[in-house]
Amino acid sequence: MSEQQKREEDFSLQALKEGDRAEFAKVVETYSEKIYRLALKMLRNQQDAEDTLQETFIKAYHGFKDFKGHSKISTWLYRIATNEALMFLRQKGEPEISIDKQVQVDDGQTYTPTKIVDWCCLPEEELMSSEAMEYLDRAIEQLSEAMRVTFLLRDLEGLSTRETAEVLDISEAAVKTRLSRARMHLRERLSGYYGDALDSLPIETSHQGQDVLEGS
Amino acid sequence: MDQERNCQELAAYLSDYIDDNVEDEALCDEIEEHIHECENCQIVVDTLKKTLYLVHASAEQTVLPSSVRERLYHRLDLEEFISVDDNS
Repeated sequence: MSEQQKREEDFSLQALKEGDRAEFAKVVETYSEKIYRLALKMLRNQQDAEDTLQETFIKAYHGFKDFKGHSKISTWLYRIATNEALMFLRQKGEPEISIDKQVQVDDGQTYTPTKIVDWCCLPEEELMSSEAMEYLDRAIEQLSEAMRVTFLLRDLEGLSTRETAEVLDISEAAVKTRLSRARMHLRERLSGYYGDALDSLPIETSHQGQDVLEGS
Repeated sequence: MDQERNCQELAAYLSDYIDDNVEDEALCDEIEEHIHECENCQIVVDTLKKTLYLVHASAEQTVLPSSVRERLYHRLDLEEFISVDDNS
């Protein structure tokens, strides 16, 4: 591990490899909320998210002795957590909803925006209402597994493109493509949702309209 | 040949664009110029940014419940290390 990584994470890898519980508790304290949040948004079920959280740290505790330090501890933890969450999804046998199918986008193409509504002017309480946040969570849930996990690591957890690629063992180009599609899809869904809210506003504040982008 | 790219083609780069991550400078300039002139694409960029803002805001609302935290520390046999001053 580089000096820079040590500073970023400030854990003693040697102590962790030796099973030092106080040092491990520092890792748990630092990452438990992030891992829980990732699992909750992935699985949309509190019990499953809690189980994922526990399994991640149990595996990490036992896995530290074999951890080579080639990646950051956080990246390694996210990899364990992601695999646990995906395993949960597969055990439950939930049908994967692919946005590729919904919008008929082939590989190599990018999702084209169709809902052009400027909803940025909506008041914060409207944008952040519990109904709106629930709608956003459902829209995230409807992304394909691959897109969802990429999007959550990048935009929810704030990992870099490179770190996300490392966690998922895919190329950085693949991260960017998945991320672009996920973001555009969510933008589209929210535009539909908030566009309806705009329609209910008094006419002078409403900037409504729905056009399809065409080559221009 | 050097025909300007249209809205659909540029949509592929908007995610990178809002990350300030378009490596090709000429392309970046082209996107900026296009957005300046195309109201629809400006709206797409603005609402894309706002979408991410809402995702971040929603993430901040998701905290680790203290009961979940306690059970985690118990499961890991780390109860002696649990701090009591946060996540009440």
